[in-house]
Amino acid sequence: MVAMRQRTVDRVAVDQRALSFTRRSIKREAKQTGLKLALSMVDLTTLEGKDSPEKVRALCRKAICPAENYPEFPSVAAVCVYPSMVPVAVEALAGHPVRVASVATAFPSGQAPLAIRLAEVEQAVADGAAEIDMVISRGRFLAGDEKNLMSEIQEVKQACGPAHLKVILETGELETYDRVRCASDLAIEAGADFIKTSTGKVVPAATMGVTLVMLEAVRDYFLVTGKKIGVKPAGGIRTAKQALHYLVMVKETLGDSWLNPELFRFGASSLANDLLMQLVKQMKGKYMAGYDFSEA
Amino acid sequence: MGHPKQESTVPSLESDKPQGAQGEGEAASHRFDDLAAETLWDYAPAPETVSVPVADRQGLFIDGDFCPSDGKEFFPSINPANEEVLSEIAAATQADVDRAVQAARKALPGWAALPGHERAKYLFRLARRLQERAREFAVLETLDGGKPIKESRDVDIPEAAKHFFYHAGWADKLDYAFPGRQVRPVGVCAQIIPWNFPLLMAAWKLAPALACGNTVVLKPAETTSLTALRLAEILQEIELPPGVVNILTGGGETGAALAAHPKVDKLAFTGSTEVGKKLAQSAAGTGKSLTLELGGKSPNIIFEDASLDQAVEGVIQGIYFNQGHVCCAGSRLFVQEGILPEVLGKLEWRLKSLRVGDPMDKNTDVGAINNREQWQRIQDYLQQGRSEGAVLHQVGDSSLPDRGFWCQPSFFTGVQPSHVVAREEIFGPVLAVMSFRTPEEALQRANNTPYGLAAGIWTDKGSKIFEMAGRLQAGVVWCNTYNRFDASSPFGGFKESGFGREGGLQGLRAYVKLQ
Repeated sequence: MVAMRQRTVDRVAVDQRALSFTRRSIKREAKQTGLKLALSMVDLTTLEGKDSPEKVRALCRKAICPAENYPEFPSVAAVCVYPSMVPVAVEALAGHPVRVASVATAFPSGQAPLAIRLAEVEQAVADGAAEIDMVISRGRFLAGDEKNLMSEIQEVKQACGPAHLKVILETGELETYDRVRCASDLAIEAGADFIKTSTGKVVPAATMGVTLVMLEAVRDYFLVTGKKIGVKPAGGIRTAKQALHYLVMVKETLGDSWLNPELFRFGASSLANDLLMQLVKQMKGKYMAGYDFSEA
Repeated sequence: MGHPKQESTVPSLESDKPQGAQGEGEAASHRFDDLAAETLWDYAPAPETVSVPVADRQGLFIDGDFCPSDGKEFFPSINPANEEVLSEIAAATQADVDRAVQAARKALPGWAALPGHERAKYLFRLARRLQERAREFAVLETLDGGKPIKESRDVDIPEAAKHFFYHAGWADKLDYAFPGRQVRPVGVCAQIIPWNFPLLMAAWKLAPALACGNTVVLKPAETTSLTALRLAEILQEIELPPGVVNILTGGGETGAALAAHPKVDKLAFTGSTEVGKKLAQSAAGTGKSLTLELGGKSPNIIFEDASLDQAVEGVIQGIYFNQGHVCCAGSRLFVQEGILPEVLGKLEWRLKSLRVGDPMDKNTDVGAINNREQWQRIQDYLQQGRSEGAVLHQVGDSSLPDRGFWCQPSFFTGVQPSHVVAREEIFGPVLAVMSFRTPEEALQRANNTPYGLAAGIWTDKGSKIFEMAGRLQAGVVWCNTYNRFDASSPFGGFKESGFGREGGLQGLRAYVKLQ
């Protein structure tokens, strides 16, 4: 275990810095490349009680080929579903590079006994999920039980086996950047492959500021250990413009080597179509109608 | 004519950096280079496209009209990013100075007698018109001065407008600013401003003077006259009474003649301490009132309990903003011993993402050095720092344009307090990094300078902020931030950084006589 210094984070300055990334001017080739890059980083997500196998299959098709008329556009990174839908998604994505990610550990609240959460993870992995998005026990963490946070993540990591582990901090419930930073450091040390902002079920979800705090944690860990951890903002990122702002932030905080789906993802459902809309606009010089792109 | 290329002998941080922070055994093997391995995604050029025509020759602005200079002498105003001549500027002579001061004197009674709310109308109009023409002014400021368009667009021009707005508000409330006193204007003000924030400094000087009922002869800096002259166009547009503001261009001789003019009641100067001292001598015994805003060697102090990434960002903004051409630039950095390696690492990394280059590109963070003379001065300091034994770090992309005046953002480590780079104002993108062990030591070293303009404290602990802020000898102390300005907040120095305050209620004091 690496001894890390307890960090404090200045909210005002972080938000100001985060805002500065939105002032970059991304035009022409840079925009085209950035939009494609962002598309390749999307985790297409459906996490609703009414999810049907049909909807998941539609989502999988969308993931493989986001716009049927433009086969040159990249596939998204993964499809993110509830554990019960993992078998459907695995079957639909068979033979394609798009990964199946499953939320687990009593998503979104995490309010279930650890044994049950671990069993859920094991089941999802056994069904073929390549990535597990777990939630942390925010209640115990906020009460000051940092040891519990470490040990539960370590156990989930073990239950994941070969699957990649994304740890959802649910930053909207942690409230302060100091807590976000602390949770990020602990999650990384406990073995997270990715740290993720939010479930999407709590407002506020991902913000530039909170993501910047997490990127800084990842960078500091890299400098000490040489290991690269991924980051996934999720929830609230709906437009191509927002996505480009995040890419600028990743580039200027971590460097270009983080600009790939192995290390950066967007958890979003409506983002993909806005990226497609802008990509086509770049190529054709005019906007298509919303219905020109399939729902998923 | 290009400038000499950067020497390649600059050592990397590797050579003198202590190995890793405490308890971080292998830290040294994972350098920032690993992060920035190759560029996968870069920003396409994003040049500001508005073109702003500039006349080949500029006149003076006296008594409400543009007029030729009495003399025949002109000097070029150069775009420092490519060394092209933008325009020929008139060097105002003694006769021009006489005419301008006379015009200001003639206009004084009428302007001073106007009710405050009437003067306020002119200032409001001026502010509004400046906002309407903001883009043109931003482009012109960047063309003439080399600062990134991002800064002239987001800082210089909007802040200038804010200053006029703010002081318009005071014009009819002076009796409340100085309760129980009769408020009178000082008279004719000679105002000499620097080249680092040409329009903004003009606004800082003009706004309070006009609000209080004074008339003005303003002299912009030799290398940056264009926005001041364009401001004169706005003065015509808003139909400011003739003679209330007169603008004379020229170099040191013009400035000296203006400062020494017997009919001037007040002298306000922002610029180098060297010139400031001369002006103070020339004003001594003449009955002129004087305010000086001079140089600085402001300290930034980072304690080990600070939010480090935010502190480093503040340090970066504090020294590299406007190429370091900032009188309150945080040019000395004191870091608590235990976090020195980490802070240096973060500083180095952050520097790599600073974009140096074409000032007209919207993504440029650091532009061109304002003029050749200043560029040479900075090069001399870099040389001197090295020959005194400090270690120079220039870690960014070293490819700079061939033409124009450029300096890679730099910092020195291994600096001793006696080194010239730790004592003298460089007025460029050069930071001197030193360490300290205890707060008392930090305080002592921060105050050990002839200057006293600004200081920055970075700590998470409120009590430490109050303790330090109360004992730092500086006109402004920023806590967990840097380079924050507001028209309502007074700015000015201690010791050789000058006297008098600009901005806020306190800034009005220099432009009124109280009875």
